Amino acid sequence: MPLITYREAIKQALAEEIEHDENVCIMGEEVAQYNGAYKVTEGLWDKYGDKRVIDTPISEAAFSGLAIGASCLGIRPVVEMMFMSFSYVAIDQLFNNASFCRYMSGGLMNVPIVVRGPANGGTNVGATHSHTPENMVANHPGLKVVCPSNAYDVKGLMKTAIRDNDPVFVMENTLLYGEKWEVPEEEYLIELGVANILREGNDLTIVAHGRCAMSALKAADILEAQHGISVELVDLRSIRPLDENTILESVKKTGRALLVEENKPFCGVDAQISHLIQLKAFDYLDAPVHRVSAIDAPQIYAKALEDWQIPNEERIIAGALKCLA
Amino acid sequence: MPSAKKKSTAKKAQAPANAEPATDFTGTPVNAKLTPDDKRGLYRTILGIRRFEERSLQAYNQGKIGGFLHLYIGQEAVAAGVVSLMEENDHIITAYRDHGHALAVGMSMNECMAEMFGKHTGCSKGKGGSMHFFAPDKNYWGGHGIVAGQTPLGAGLAFALKYKGLKGCCICFLGDGAVNQGSFMETLNLVSLWGIPVVFVIENNGYSMGTSLARSSAEANLAHRADGFDIEWDVCEGHDVFEVREYANRAMTRAREEMKPFLLEIRTYRYRGHSVADANHEKYRTKEEIEEYKKNKDPINVLKAQLLADGSLSEDEAGKINLEVKAEADAAAKFAEQSPVAPRSEIQTDVYWEVDNDPSNSLKGTYFFND
Ligand SMILES: Cc1ncc(C[n+]2csc(CCOP(=O)(O)OP(=O)(O)O)c2C)c(N)n1
Ligand SMILES: [Mg+2]
Repeated sequence: MPLITYREAIKQALAEEIEHDENVCIMGEEVAQYNGAYKVTEGLWDKYGDKRVIDTPISEAAFSGLAIGASCLGIRPVVEMMFMSFSYVAIDQLFNNASFCRYMSGGLMNVPIVVRGPANGGTNVGATHSHTPENMVANHPGLKVVCPSNAYDVKGLMKTAIRDNDPVFVMENTLLYGEKWEVPEEEYLIELGVANILREGNDLTIVAHGRCAMSALKAADILEAQHGISVELVDLRSIRPLDENTILESVKKTGRALLVEENKPFCGVDAQISHLIQLKAFDYLDAPVHRVSAIDAPQIYAKALEDWQIPNEERIIAGALKCLA
Repeated sequence: MPSAKKKSTAKKAQAPANAEPATDFTGTPVNAKLTPDDKRGLYRTILGIRRFEERSLQAYNQGKIGGFLHLYIGQEAVAAGVVSLMEENDHIITAYRDHGHALAVGMSMNECMAEMFGKHTGCSKGKGGSMHFFAPDKNYWGGHGIVAGQTPLGAGLAFALKYKGLKGCCICFLGDGAVNQGSFMETLNLVSLWGIPVVFVIENNGYSMGTSLARSSAEANLAHRADGFDIEWDVCEGHDVFEVREYANRAMTRAREEMKPFLLEIRTYRYRGHSVADANHEKYRTKEEIEEYKKNKDPINVLKAQLLADGSLSEDEAGKINLEVKAEADAAAKFAEQSPVAPRSEIQTDVYWEVDNDPSNSLKGTYFFND
């Protein structure tokens, strides 16, 4: 199987879907002639032209709203946010119009758009450029959100998101763009709402999403080698819809849970998952549920400190040891 | 050195050849072709909106309608005039003062009244309320509660027409207060840059809630903003449905034919408060101002006089239409009253298309997070 980067996997997904459906188009700042701020869309404009790959002015509210309006008439726009942080100037369009038009019309409308772009910290760019808003998106019934942790997942989930008839956010990660994974050449899709067990184990369940799943994978190897702890790692992939069963089955097996995410802790995704575990697996727990999240402050600029602020292997290992204490 | 500024090609739309500013629009081509039946139809639409809203006000005062009730009374000729020009591939979207547009596109009084009563038989099953009426089957895309939030959506509907190679336009209504939202200004730039066939109609009723135009906009000629975006614009009065039709027709034709946006400011007036809850509306404007408009520019009176004069309507017919639409509004209130509220299970339907269209329960994962 070819090893390709996370970036290349997204590009393949976009190209395949442009070919698959004439109504799919890509729009965003610098996506066409400049080849994408992070080169995710490199070559797509050359190949597919102005109609399918569209450069926009720096007007997130206008072009997200335009995408929503166009989707009402059957266009399937994939909107790139240069950073998911910049979607905040388009919140009304995304959190009111994309999420609620269907509901407020009593089901007469639907909004088949994809909003994609990097949603991560760890890049030494300060608080305004380091948001991880999957929790805020998930707080809006009507929206869906996925956080792929690797190239295989991002390709399969992106294709599903584009074919989905509801608005789907795909949260990417600039620190993963250059990483490589095995991705098959044959076409495949990954269903929303299905978690992936990245590693099987018996002593502790770690639940993570996005790049944190990769950090947790490394931490799990160290826990096994140095502490003799067998970790089962659940990579959520999809936040809403959420694969509750896989989480619960794993926790019932291990009796312990550590929840890891790059979100800030208050009302983070893991706050919901922790509620789920205590409600539905209470009798199976041998220890309180622990969390490792971003340290609760605006994202710090200083690289050395930011690397500590977001969950790293050391903090994940410390969290795991608390669960087993 | 920066190069010389490109001379803008946008401007006020050219008036047709006749030099004198026209005041009578009944004979312009788009109006001359109306049959007496068409004209009576316009009268029925305008009067129907008025009677419907009067009946809804009564229901609101009886506590049967909740939330906000933004009445369109005084502005009826704008929606009726513009909608009367819509063709197969034309679409329409507006803000929260949406009853007039909804009835004009042909939504029934029953479904609209029931929606405001929060009933299952409402156009949105009671999930949207007064501000959020929708009828995609009639190319009517709402009913939007956030000021100017509908303006990029209107651009998107028109973008889709262009993408698909369809000849049509989207008419996107907004208020004089909405022009000060950033999303609208972003959208003006985008539609001009991309050549999108959207007609923005500013319904300038002089006030945004309790704030007069003079206190909210630095440039009182709202349409002039189009110049900054190289968009053609025009201004007209909104009490005369024939005038509305004349100007809207020019704007819509240009959008359809030339794939270009247009900004049309229509000067109009609302008789009631911003919403019914705005009981103090005589504090920010005078009673005389309101009475003056009612007396000289009431769209119903103006149209009635025109139709009586050209013989397409008689007093008897006018009276009959009045009784009919009044009865229809009363019947709608009765229908709404007698309709059931949707069952509680409906709270969690119409959230996701994929869930609603998954009869075999094949979707994976949890979509709703219940306690
Ligand atoms: C973003 C936003 N801010 C404030 C409001 C509250 N609000 C509703 S209508 C309105 C006035 C808008 O006036 P205008 O655009 O002139 O429309 P009109 O009510 O006259 O039809 C305000 C301030 C809102 N709905 N949305
Ligand atoms: Mg106003």
